[in-house]
Amino acid sequence: MSDHKTMTLTLIVWRQKGPSDPGKFETYAAKNITEHHSFLEMLDCVNEDMILEGKEPIVFDHDCREGICGMCSQVVNGLPHGGQDRTTVCQLHMRKFKDGDTIYIEPWRARAFPIIKDLVVDRAALDTIIQAGGYTSCHTGGVPDANSILIPKPIAEEATDAAECIGCGACVAGCPNGAAMLFTGAKVSQLAILPQGKAEAAARVTAMTTAMTECGFGNCTNHYECQASCPKGINVKFIARMNREFLKAQFA
Amino acid sequence: MILDGKCPTGPIEKSWDKHCFDLKLVNPSNKRKYNIIMVGTGLAGGAAAASLGELGYNVQAFCYQDSPRRAHSIAAQGGINAAKNYPSDGDSILRLMYDTIKGGDFRAREADVWRLSQVSNNIIDQCVAQGVPFARDYAGYLDNRSFGGAQVSRTFYSRGLTGQQLLLGAYSALSRQIKAGTVQMYTRREMLDLVVVDGVARGITVRNLITGEIESHAADAVCLATGGYVNVFYLSTNAKGCSVTANWKAAKKGAFFANPCYTQIHPTCIPQAGEYQSKLTLMSESLRNDGRIWVPKKKEDIGKLPAQIAEADRDYYLERKYPSYGNLAPRDIASRSAKEACDAGLGVGPGGRGVYLDFADSIKRLSEDTIRERYGNLFEMYEKITDENGYKRPMRIYPAPHYCMGGLWVDYNLMSNIPGLFVLGEANFSVHGANRLGASALMQGLSDGYFVIPYTIGGYLVTVKPGAVKADHAEFKKSVEDVNASTKKLLSIKGKRTVTEFHRELGKVMWNDVGMARSKESLTDAIKKIPKIREEFWNNVKVGGTGAELNQQLENAGRVADFLEFGELLARDALHREESCGGHFRVEHQLPDGEAMRNDADFSYVGAWEFKGNDKEPELHKEPLKFETIHLAVRSYK
Ligand SMILES: Cc1cc2nc3c(=O)[nH]c(=O)nc-3n(C[C@H](O)[C@H](O)[C@H](O)COP(=O)(O)OP(=O)(O)OC[C@H]3O[C@@H](n4cnc5c(N)ncnc54)[C@H](O)[C@@H]3O)c2cc1C
Ligand code: SF4
Ligand code: FES
Repeated sequence: MSDHKTMTLTLIVWRQKGPSDPGKFETYAAKNITEHHSFLEMLDCVNEDMILEGKEPIVFDHDCREGICGMCSQVVNGLPHGGQDRTTVCQLHMRKFKDGDTIYIEPWRARAFPIIKDLVVDRAALDTIIQAGGYTSCHTGGVPDANSILIPKPIAEEATDAAECIGCGACVAGCPNGAAMLFTGAKVSQLAILPQGKAEAAARVTAMTTAMTECGFGNCTNHYECQASCPKGINVKFIARMNREFLKAQFA
Repeated sequence: MILDGKCPTGPIEKSWDKHCFDLKLVNPSNKRKYNIIMVGTGLAGGAAAASLGELGYNVQAFCYQDSPRRAHSIAAQGGINAAKNYPSDGDSILRLMYDTIKGGDFRAREADVWRLSQVSNNIIDQCVAQGVPFARDYAGYLDNRSFGGAQVSRTFYSRGLTGQQLLLGAYSALSRQIKAGTVQMYTRREMLDLVVVDGVARGITVRNLITGEIESHAADAVCLATGGYVNVFYLSTNAKGCSVTANWKAAKKGAFFANPCYTQIHPTCIPQAGEYQSKLTLMSESLRNDGRIWVPKKKEDIGKLPAQIAEADRDYYLERKYPSYGNLAPRDIASRSAKEACDAGLGVGPGGRGVYLDFADSIKRLSEDTIRERYGNLFEMYEKITDENGYKRPMRIYPAPHYCMGGLWVDYNLMSNIPGLFVLGEANFSVHGANRLGASALMQGLSDGYFVIPYTIGGYLVTVKPGAVKADHAEFKKSVEDVNASTKKLLSIKGKRTVTEFHRELGKVMWNDVGMARSKESLTDAIKKIPKIREEFWNNVKVGGTGAELNQQLENAGRVADFLEFGELLARDALHREESCGGHFRVEHQLPDGEAMRNDADFSYVGAWEFKGNDKEPELHKEPLKFETIHLAVRSYK
């Protein structure tokens, strides 16, 4: 534990006043940063200094700060969430950087995610995809006992692998086409794997993929940057599964 | 005033069913004429909005995040209780009720807890039907684990992601209703006022966090499901945006705030690395099953590597003080003992705020692989944050505020003392008494949302004419003016200190004087200090930008301003409650062995406070508690 060692870094940050502002990069110094600061705590410190100097602090989305709510969304040195394996930007720590480093910070960039201000983007399109069919149509009450339909462990585990998606949108930001295939594939697969979701599988995959296109997400050309960008390690096999479900639905 | 919870009478086993039968029903064709506002779309609000929409009501739902899927319910790791008794180990609705009442140190209502236990089983069925992937065995049956000292295995879980999976289940049900048009979802909105017309809740005033616009929304009933307030301590496991604002604005409009001093401190969090940090990450307390907690006996050993400290120079203080429970002593005891050790100057790590949680013995006994199998994800999480390998050297842990049992007072129908205002989930005070059992908050949120409010709200709505008050009513205009005035004031101070500095200062007072070990002296002191911080805040805070844009400084300023008022109420409640119970520990009231000493003769009541103005003392109202099914007994974990 070395508490005394501090770093100074140069931040080159995307600043944009609003959706219609062209935006530009600005340069800031982050001083007195220790290896224990998380990336967002580092930005907090920079913002505190700016507030005291009467400047406008950098606006960014965040909430849980433990990698589960999916709110934080920054491209750090060209990589969504900073590129550390299975790590959201709120979990990234400054020990991954060295004194004197220059760090580029940008918002998610994708056609379907308009920039609201600075690093904050509008991800409502992801909700629209879920609203199109990312559910089972069960009513509150009137459902069978939880053990009446057996789900062997390997199946439950595979569904959970898909269900771990936090809806952050890094897969879209990382994709050269701005596609939402990994996000959509994960939800389609989770519900197609489980017996409770099978009845509506065909209608669901059709509705969700249609919504995806209508929201302005791009097509998949198998770059697999999505999986590399995903902080939860969601596997591209779920895209393949969605494609199979889609084909099945066409012939159904 | 003596408050009446309006609990059903007669045999407890029939109480909820009978109450449902007695409630008047809203004619199905009339339901769409009623507007219901749901503030908050976490487990409680999300489940409620979806269920009410499906019943045919018109629902307007609000959250401050960009999507309802991000509410802080998402962060719960451990699990959710239910009295299914699948393992056949002796569980029952009555036993879950008994454990909850006892765990809450006899400070909750029996009828509410019975109902919670009864519907717990429906929750699991509901979630499975939604596609929530709970843990299963190879044959396909649901798996259970035991949690938080319970003697039966009744906790359902999904990896370390139970809250996430349950919330995504509620979010999917909500999404289905949004698509169906029964629920209108307003994201990135923060409720800044409750609108009360002639004593009845009629709507809310919200700020659009993107444009800054102040909007009025009218309805026939308003529900608050806005979560917990432990960010009043600055340091906490809550998300950064969690606040008391919605509840506090309602309290200032006349809603009684019940038991604000009942807060829970979680013993196994990763310690703070520096002042700049407010958000602490929790690690599942299951770690205490195999880890041994200790601090150095001698101050000169504190700077040393743990491996260099001889066995004889380590104080395994929980094992020493509580030989039969040892490292598994209840949350409040474990937390308090850690703070005592650190206050005595024996803490380890940055700022001396940490104690060791050592797995060396378990690894020797069971192998590193076994420990990895049990807790691998927690060790990984610990390493991500601290850069230390928990297998090779002891972890460092420290307690942090985690959950609040207190909240707005509600009757059995979840309605506050203001007609038309309902409160759900962590935001109300109802079922956990003075302390909450592990895996019971998720259960309560979903119980309130899926299975209680859809019934009880109808009983109120049949008594009101739909659409009686519109958003152009003078009270709405006045509320907008008040909100605008407060925004203007915050922006005009242009002082020298940031909002965060004030939050940190308040947090220090709350943690040191109103935290785990409270005394008459410390509380009286806090009640003097907090108004001073508040006064300085309103004269010296620096909030830049304007009100007509996305302005996170302004959002934080509003939340901290409310904490600065609410913190004082919390301290007053703690001062008035001359006993120790559950999460509330008064050093004057303890048994010789340090156990909490309850005072049933004088304090077996819910303390509900009425706001009278910042310069006036709040007024206390009492709801006496009766125990007819479960007999009052003293807790012992020795
Ligand atoms: C780290 C952690 C781990 C936990 N683990 C467990 C566990 O294993 N088992 C268990 O049972 N419990 C656990 N708990 C407790 C449990 O998660 C919470 O008590 C519960 O999820 C709260 O649900 P809720 O719906 O009441 O509130 P939340 O999920 O917090 O939702 C609050 C909602 O209100 C909205 N909101 C708040 N204020 C406003 C406002 N002013 N205007 C508009 N919207 C507003 C938010 O946007 C959000 O939608 C844990 C808690 C934490 C912090
Ligand atoms: S698939 Fe991964 S990157 Fe995409 S939204 Fe889900 S968690 Fe984020
Ligand atoms: S802030 Fe919640 S995932 Fe990063």
